[in-house]
Amino acid sequence: MTLEFVAPQVEFAGVSKIYARGHVVLSALDLTIAKGEFVTFLGPSGCGKSTVLKLISGLTPPNSGTIHVDGMTPKNARETVSYIFQEATLLPWRTVRRNVSLGLELDGVNGDRRREKTASLLDLVGLGAVGDAYPRELSGGMKMRVSIARALATNPRLLLMDEPFAALDEMTRDRLNEELLRLREEQKWTAVFVTHSVAEAVFLSTRIVVLTANPGRVHSVIPIGLPFPRTAGLRTSSEFGTLVLQISRSLREATLQ
Amino acid sequence: MKRRLPPIANAVCVFAALLLLWQSVLWIFSVPSFMLPSPWAVAKAVVKRFPALMTSLSITAEEAGGGLIASVIVGVAIALVFAQSRWVRRMLYPYTILLQTVPIVAIAPLILMWVGAGASSVALIAFIISLAPIIANTTQGLVSVDENLIHLFLMHNASSRQLLFKLRLPYAIPSLFVGIRIASGISVIGAITGELYAASSRVGVGGLGYSIQYASAQLQTDYLFALVLAATVLGFAFFFIVMFLEWYFLHRWHESARTLETE
Repeated sequence: MTLEFVAPQVEFAGVSKIYARGHVVLSALDLTIAKGEFVTFLGPSGCGKSTVLKLISGLTPPNSGTIHVDGMTPKNARETVSYIFQEATLLPWRTVRRNVSLGLELDGVNGDRRREKTASLLDLVGLGAVGDAYPRELSGGMKMRVSIARALATNPRLLLMDEPFAALDEMTRDRLNEELLRLREEQKWTAVFVTHSVAEAVFLSTRIVVLTANPGRVHSVIPIGLPFPRTAGLRTSSEFGTLVLQISRSLREATLQ
Repeated sequence: MKRRLPPIANAVCVFAALLLLWQSVLWIFSVPSFMLPSPWAVAKAVVKRFPALMTSLSITAEEAGGGLIASVIVGVAIALVFAQSRWVRRMLYPYTILLQTVPIVAIAPLILMWVGAGASSVALIAFIISLAPIIANTTQGLVSVDENLIHLFLMHNASSRQLLFKLRLPYAIPSLFVGIRIASGISVIGAITGELYAASSRVGVGGLGYSIQYASAQLQTDYLFALVLAATVLGFAFFFIVMFLEWYFLHRWHESARTLETE
């Protein structure tokens, strides 16, 4: 099992990204993310956390350096990658069911296969009962579940998440964190996650990358050795508390730099 | 819970009060009937000349409706071109504003001269006046799609066809309806304006605008009022048909459509 996890899935080699007016968002980033990892990027705003995801997905090209996903260019690897955005970004004119099946539809998966897959995912995220509802009838947490189901429907090997739970209340966020890990146990995708919340990062990750801003550089990389499966009780343990403190300190250093 | 009159009852009360006011003005100032007929005289004119009134109404309805439908088809097509690039919009958008600001009263005689008097030229005038709000609103809807939704489609390597039909067009439908709602009212005004200039296509009968001019020349003020009433009813009917269609297509998913009963 560990052997399988060693192969690199995402490789950054000297990647820089400069936006308009010379603002250096990322500077000479070298980083390898192995299969099966759950890597979270933490950092002050403007440090290029979200840009990392945009680069991996090929939605924006780097100014220098190279990025490989499964040994391919980001655009060629898109088939195996799913992206979960800050908001649920559902199509309001489609029912929950048809939102979940959107990715499959765009990929040209045939009707029966699509229906079957959609139904099983709705059950997986606990939305089996609201398949025919429209997004506006759902709470923020339920919308995010739909978004997760849509992302997982295409069997991704790599899941990119850009502060997906930032807009939710803390209890909903904690619940969804736990479910996300449960889904990961079942489906074994690799995850690259971006958040502002240190506790969320510690709970989810196998490794945390703290970035500095202006220019965006890696400040520190901290492995999180807490064993899986992780459950709600972990949050009150002393190891968890220690890690949160340690990372909060790194984050403060990164912000002050 | 307080018991309240349904909105329609309120409107009826206001209507009755207005009629009363109208009638009292007649009594107090003893206005001659060729200047201001009584509500009763107008009602009698409606009943007596009902078939002619309905003919005029249906002619105008066809002209305005035809112009409106054409403006939706052409307007959406133009909006699709506008949505292609900022460059195209910058180049062509000023002409949309031109279309909106040109006084229709001034160009109506020109159009009648070029196309010839008749229902089709009147429909053309209704079409021209309806076009600008459709283009402006639909374009707005097409270009304001959430950037992350576009990213989502790009992640699945969606074709431009899929982007258009599965994302941009459905996204723009609420805006399109805002445009149609504005256009529905002015298409009727456009048709009547056109008719004021146009000669009748048939002897003695024509659209509302034609009949208004005829009745006014003949000092048939009671019938003139009946025609104005019919024109108002037509405008209302257009508006409500559009409102109904909007509700029908959007009520299941769109926030705005839930306000049907309050508008």
